Amino acid sequence: MSLLDAVGLGVRHGDHQILSEVNLTVDPAEIVTIIGPNGAGKSTLVRALIGLERPSAGRIERAPDLRIGYVPQRMKVEAGLPMTVRRFLSLPHRVSDAEAEAALARTGVQGIGNRQLSRLSGGQFQRVLLARALLARPQILILDEPTQGLDQSGMAAFYRLIEELRRETGAAVLLVSHDLNVVMRASDRVLCLNGHICCEGAPGDVSAAPEYRALFGGGEGEVLALYRHHHDHVHDHGAHGDHDHHHHGDAA
Amino acid sequence: MIEPFVLRAALAGVGLSLATGLLGSFVVWRRMAYFGDATSHAAILGVALSFAFGLPLYAGILAVVVAVALIVAGLSGRGYQSDTVLGVMAHSALALGLVAVSFLPSVRSDLSSYLFGDILAVGWRDVALIWGGCIAIAGLILWRWDGLVTATVNEELAQASGIRPDRERLVLTLALAVTVALSIKVVGALLIAALLIIPAAAARAFSATPERMAALAVLIGAGAALGGVAASLSFDTPAGPSVVVVAFLAFLLSLLRRADH
Repeated sequence: MSLLDAVGLGVRHGDHQILSEVNLTVDPAEIVTIIGPNGAGKSTLVRALIGLERPSAGRIERAPDLRIGYVPQRMKVEAGLPMTVRRFLSLPHRVSDAEAEAALARTGVQGIGNRQLSRLSGGQFQRVLLARALLARPQILILDEPTQGLDQSGMAAFYRLIEELRRETGAAVLLVSHDLNVVMRASDRVLCLNGHICCEGAPGDVSAAPEYRALFGGGEGEVLALYRHHHDHVHDHGAHGDHDHHHHGDAA
Repeated sequence: MIEPFVLRAALAGVGLSLATGLLGSFVVWRRMAYFGDATSHAAILGVALSFAFGLPLYAGILAVVVAVALIVAGLSGRGYQSDTVLGVMAHSALALGLVAVSFLPSVRSDLSSYLFGDILAVGWRDVALIWGGCIAIAGLILWRWDGLVTATVNEELAQASGIRPDRERLVLTLALAVTVALSIKVVGALLIAALLIIPAAAARAFSATPERMAALAVLIGAGAALGGVAASLSFDTPAGPSVVVVAFLAFLLSLLRRADH
């Protein structure tokens, strides 16, 4: 039984078709990465998957009582809203001090429970968001561009942490990103999104696909090298291109 | 011995601060200040319509205020530039109300009591309505507290945790509308928004968590109500504005505290 299924998903905002014919499945314990250029509809897809966007076509199926751990993109905390890290971890469900501290320790930010959210660095903030997501004992972690604002080593460390957490908890991971170099090696499956799914498959296959090259241009050799260097999973997904590109125009 | 009208004024002010402190915190956190203006100005239109159609005053005000609140919430949710929409609604509702009132000589004479309120003139029935309404609102907000706060922090985060942000927004919208209707006799349509925002803004500097800020906003609002009534009696100043001025003094004090940081 898969955790999350989008079937023929379409989302419109007024006259603007943001997503069309998106098919996406996330199975337990796999890491799925969605990549795509800015404006490709990545965040809209995530919002639809968690139920914040009403599909204009198709449907979304979630496993019954699916526990989602969500790490939003660039969350801004209103200056007028006082919020300690400790209090934030108890939203919306209260957790004990011991649980809170354990979650912070697991994500590498122990002892900052009394700090205000608004005073954290970008890296600390991402780790606090991840700690909060873990407290829901998620079956799937959904991360929307979680490494924005982190430097190269910060990104690598963050993705290592995600991989470890996947191994420890068995949670599936759905990752949205445009920083390909670091992302690809952590993923079981990559979907290339540009209003629709252009291509999908194992990371190596996707980076070789002509649709991917058309979207992201040069530099694939480098990506592939970096990726292969760390790659030790077995994949049975083949890359397959979607050659039906009639909606390219409105997704650009 | 306290005069009954002073006791009623104190009770009305303290009761109201229970709702305005809690809701005012959300108004600050969600940047809904203009929303308070739009709904409270609509109350004047409600006054006019109540008199024109012979409706009970609170019912008329409540109907108009709820209608405007829902329209405004609906429009701003639909991607209209919300501060523009709110500005249009706030001032148009006030202007329409003032024009409508001008056709009603009976209301025209005491228009200022609806614009600025008259806490010293509230009756026992008003006190009972305010306490009943404000306890109900406070109960509603506290019951849904964690969901409301989560949806205020981030809508996606709330949705992923199984909370419906649109439902929480509706709860806040309706609670605000009811609070505005209840408070028109106390501070009047022009100053209700001040009573929502100023105590919460003053509480911000002394608070590390949303709970503490909301509780302090209630206390500061109650203190301002009592201080304002006392000042009004001693210096013969208008009561509603005096309450707001005392709240403003609390806000000024909080700036000193913030400068410490």
